[in-house]
Amino acid sequence: MIPGDLAGADLLLPLLFAGLMAFAILVYVILDGYDLGVGILLPLAGSDLERDTMVSAIGPFWDANETWLVLGVGILLVAFPRAHGIILTHLYLPVALMLAGLILRGVAFDFRVKVEARRKRLWDHAFFVGSLLAALAQGTMLGYWITGFSATGFALGIGVALAGGYALLGAGWLILKSDGPLQERAVFWARLALWFTAAGIAAVSLATPLVNPRIFAKWFSLDTLFALLPIPLMSVALVALLAVFLARLAQDTRNCNQFGLQRWAWAPFAGSATLFALAFLGLAHSMFPYLVPDRLTLWEAASATESLWFMLWGILIAVPAVIGYSAYCYRVFRGKAEPLSYY
Amino acid sequence: MALDAMTLARIQFAANISFHILFPTITMALAWLLLFFKLRWGDRDNTWGDLYRFWVKIFALSFALGVVSGVTMSFQFGTNWPGFMEAVGNIAGPLLAYEVLTAFFLEATFLAIMLFGRQRVSNRVHTLATALVCIGTTLSAFWILALNSWMHTPTGHVLRDGVAHAADWSAVIFNPSFPYRFAHMLVASGLTTAFLVAGLSAYRLARGSGAPDALLGLKVGVYLGAMLIPLQILLGDLHGLNTLAHQPAKIAAMEGIWTTQRNAPAILFALPDAQTRENHYEIAIPGLASLYLTHTWDGEVRGLDDFADHPPVAPVFWSFRIMVGVGLLMLILSWTAASVLLRGRALPRYLLLCLTATTFSGWVAVLAGWYTTEVGRQPWLVTQVLRTADAVASNVTATQIGVSLSLYLTLYAVLIVAFIAVLFSLARRADAPALPEPQRLNLREQPP
Repeated sequence: MIPGDLAGADLLLPLLFAGLMAFAILVYVILDGYDLGVGILLPLAGSDLERDTMVSAIGPFWDANETWLVLGVGILLVAFPRAHGIILTHLYLPVALMLAGLILRGVAFDFRVKVEARRKRLWDHAFFVGSLLAALAQGTMLGYWITGFSATGFALGIGVALAGGYALLGAGWLILKSDGPLQERAVFWARLALWFTAAGIAAVSLATPLVNPRIFAKWFSLDTLFALLPIPLMSVALVALLAVFLARLAQDTRNCNQFGLQRWAWAPFAGSATLFALAFLGLAHSMFPYLVPDRLTLWEAASATESLWFMLWGILIAVPAVIGYSAYCYRVFRGKAEPLSYY
Repeated sequence: MALDAMTLARIQFAANISFHILFPTITMALAWLLLFFKLRWGDRDNTWGDLYRFWVKIFALSFALGVVSGVTMSFQFGTNWPGFMEAVGNIAGPLLAYEVLTAFFLEATFLAIMLFGRQRVSNRVHTLATALVCIGTTLSAFWILALNSWMHTPTGHVLRDGVAHAADWSAVIFNPSFPYRFAHMLVASGLTTAFLVAGLSAYRLARGSGAPDALLGLKVGVYLGAMLIPLQILLGDLHGLNTLAHQPAKIAAMEGIWTTQRNAPAILFALPDAQTRENHYEIAIPGLASLYLTHTWDGEVRGLDDFADHPPVAPVFWSFRIMVGVGLLMLILSWTAASVLLRGRALPRYLLLCLTATTFSGWVAVLAGWYTTEVGRQPWLVTQVLRTADAVASNVTATQIGVSLSLYLTLYAVLIVAFIAVLFSLARRADAPALPEPQRLNLREQPP
């Protein structure tokens, strides 16, 4: 798999950049995943006040969260220009739809609180439609990509599954950031979305080896099977644990056990994020070292070494700084969401 | 003209980037203006605070529109111009990456604290967050204008097999046209914001507002505009001389000069004809172009006939005149208004209405200026390195681009109308007595 004729920087730099890109995409999927999930759940809210609280729960974070997508696609563009051209031209329409969705969602945040009151619902709808469209399009892009840009039906299925997964992350985030009736609803949403997510992950895990013999060989050869077994086993265990946990939280809300509720409010989001990370890890193993499935490896697609060096310094300094001040921002806005106001 | 994939790709990119640039043009300078309001405000309650509270809303809205259209741009480099990245990705990529790493995260994160964190952090930290957002927006402009300027006047690279490789990064970034373009754009942003602030404040005053922040906003906008416009004219002249040295064909198209001549005229009006290669209905001042381009009356100015490749003349010629025309209008209007205000008088109604009408004049000038310089670079995408025709996506069909183009155009049209409507609506509501929000009064929807 790893080319024998490459050594030193030519071998390691592309590998490092692929790792950084994967990191940026995973962070994006988890962070903007909860934003989009909250957007998908927005029509299910019980009142205008609840919708305001839901939007407040993601308001301070979504912009920085979305920037991880720009970083991920930026690294693809910059470090692997050939793969960037092939992937994005093949995914042309889903990318256009995703961008339209992200545009609608992003501007609806601001418009919904600035327009006259009678127009507010219109922008709430735009918020929902944008979030759902972006989630469906991203899942479809993933489905197209792993099958080498062929299976449309399969890709659309992944789109629906990813929207379900984002709804799980969003509900988990709301359990953490809200209380009262909204939190109770969020527990209910999370329990529904969990089955969507589990079914989606199972479908992708079973379908990818079946449609691609290379991936089948990577997973089911005897010498690696046992090293890889923890990924599916941990995923199954995590789904079971989440199901039990959410049932407990639902019971706590019925019994008005505030102590139990608030003490464990972080767990559903943390569990769902871990589930996403495990699925991502499995997928990364399936696809490695290809950026364009079975056509272009990350070494074949890498750009000139001197450009990678110039960027590496920037990344090594900037990414820790970004993580640092993002953490600060999350600390500033910790605790239950309050209705946002400028001053 | 058949609408082939290349034409559609160019229309789509032009539509996207034109829509996008409207919003950073506002946020770049408005961020610094908000920092100024914030510093004048301090921690007392005064008119500067009202001004800050009003304009931070418009800043947030403009910022969101800039972010979402910017994300679209980052994808379109790959979807519409894969040839661009193949040929010059080694240069363009890292510059874009540095924009994301040093600017996007910084502004996005501290914007949250600037907008919503006032109750959660100290006043000092809040001011610091505002300052970091200012730095972020300006850094963003720095990187993107470094890349754009490199596309006009590329230096610091070597070509191997048609692919550009960076040899000297500081020569790439600080290429010959960069300082002029960067300064010209920053001041353009300042002017756009000045007329926006003056325009919306004038709108409020014209509607009879007696609010102190409407008058203060008017003064800030008018004085800022009056100070920046002479600076911008000077910078524009320097930028033009720089273009003459590096891209003489663009200057020839801007001036509408077909044949190389001494004592070249400054053409005020003409209809350039690409077929017969001459101007119709020309109104010109003899020798003036030679004077401001070469600083002598009989200096030689090279005509379009001298160049094997030159841009289409009419769009460059006309967009340049629109930019200069709007600039002159800004000069007259801001100096007239400033002279009245400096004498301590209120602006007459006709001036308030003129300022309201020119609320978005900065947008017109900025777009016209960008069309001048970008169309003026054609047929090159990167001067002498890559032709536009060689950079377009080969395996995306015209139908696909047609679908996405209609989608974007619809979305952008709706958003621009909504943006302008919301700005004027915010201005009206700033002076309306506070009404209880109807849906809050609905008892059914109150939480138990």
